[in-house]
Amino acid sequence: MSKPIIQIENMQFSRGDRVIYEDISLNVETGKLTAIMGPSGIGKTTLLKLIGAQLTPSSGSVLFQGTNVHTISRTKLYELRRKMSMLFQSGALFTNMSVYDNVAFPLREHTELDEDIIRTIVLLKLEAVGLRGAAELQPSELSGGMARRAALARAIALDPELIMYDEPFAGQDPISMGVLVKLIKALSKALNLTSIVVTHDVTEVLSIADYVYILANKRIIGQGTPAEIKQSDSELVQQFLQGTADGPVPFHFPAQNIADSFLGTAK
Amino acid sequence: MNFLQNLGRSTINKVTAVGASSIMLFGALFAFPIWKNVRLTIQQMYVVGVQSLLIIMVSGLFIGMVMALQGYTILVNYGAEGSLGPMVALSILRELGPVVTALLFAGRAGSALTAEIGLMKATEQLSSLEMMAVDPLRRVISPRFWAGVISMPMLALIFSAIGILGGHLVGVDWLGVDAGSYWSIMQATVEWEKDVVNGVIKSIVFALVVVWIALYKGYSCIPTSEGISKATTETVVFSSLSILGLDFILTALMFGIS
Repeated sequence: MSKPIIQIENMQFSRGDRVIYEDISLNVETGKLTAIMGPSGIGKTTLLKLIGAQLTPSSGSVLFQGTNVHTISRTKLYELRRKMSMLFQSGALFTNMSVYDNVAFPLREHTELDEDIIRTIVLLKLEAVGLRGAAELQPSELSGGMARRAALARAIALDPELIMYDEPFAGQDPISMGVLVKLIKALSKALNLTSIVVTHDVTEVLSIADYVYILANKRIIGQGTPAEIKQSDSELVQQFLQGTADGPVPFHFPAQNIADSFLGTAK
Repeated sequence: MNFLQNLGRSTINKVTAVGASSIMLFGALFAFPIWKNVRLTIQQMYVVGVQSLLIIMVSGLFIGMVMALQGYTILVNYGAEGSLGPMVALSILRELGPVVTALLFAGRAGSALTAEIGLMKATEQLSSLEMMAVDPLRRVISPRFWAGVISMPMLALIFSAIGILGGHLVGVDWLGVDAGSYWSIMQATVEWEKDVVNGVIKSIVFALVVVWIALYKGYSCIPTSEGISKATTETVVFSSLSILGLDFILTALMFGIS
């Protein structure tokens, strides 16, 4: 087995007084598609930001290809970040540039290539996501699914080794979702990319992932291949997979006793 | 006890904000000498400078005209309407030019900068720049900072020039002050270093403060619609107050003690 590209060891993270992660350890194998699932608001995006070193954990370490991303210098970190890339939930296209310029942006920033070569690369990347015809459109003219595909073209412009998808399926219609699922799978196979997909769309992700982690209650509650996860005997995992309203993750937000609230017996 | 805690917390927050904004300023200041940034800075000068020209010119014209009208009605009582030229020129060059330009700039360009950066933050564009290994301080903040600092003194000079012409329009063309005395007494009274240069210095100081506040407020805003609206308001309020406060201090230093 090849060395994991990402190793997270005993990581803790809190925002102010609120603990987000109590103790997280996980590995992302090189060349594999790893899914991280969990209920909304659990801090899945935070996890990606911790990997990208936009946030710093309170303890524990995050290693990218063996290097701790939180202890290296800024220059080193920026070099590392060229090898990783992130697809934001909103797409985060630069609104003041056309789709073409958005995809060309990382190439123009980080390489000295001629405009001719950049043009070829950009059009190839756009072709890969099926948006070559939309090159001259402005981001505001794209639908949500198209914006995410354009952002995906930008994310693969520099041929990264790792790509992190933040909720790629959220709010997509079935067709766009199907397109994105197919694209993510095809891209990780064709470019031999390592992918991390953060999502709560169970069926989609189980169909493409090689390995799955399920986060809840500030820690990892289940992990394994999609087949193993489906067989899991953890109640929490099953509740999440089947989408039952009540269970270990309660339906009710913590509140005082209902009788007390209505009868005013509580102070 | 609660009061003390709150006081302590808000003091710590303020000090942290000063620190964070200084780090941002530092990042912006030292990112200038990159060739790519020069192009971006020129683009931003078009946005914050050239596009503010109209409001600056119109305001300059009206302020000059009002100054001439008010000045004339007072000076004519003493038969001193010949001194209208220096009166208009000095008050505009020393005070109104830099101050009004800065106030207008804060409202026109400062608020726009805050909203733009805030929205870039809210739509994760700043995060995505960072993840693309592009420093947003270099790429986004620095060009806007320098564009503002370079544009505002120029805008203030244009404001002053148009204001003086506006004064001429009302004083000479309408109220009949002698054109020769309007210009010649102005020329004899206005000193290059004391009046013009000091006005430009004021304007550079205001520019630094306004652009710094605007960019920091955008960069540090809470990325929601309320957060951006609050940040934009704060930009205009804080900039205006700092402009007026600093103007007093600068005037005292430059003209107060002879």
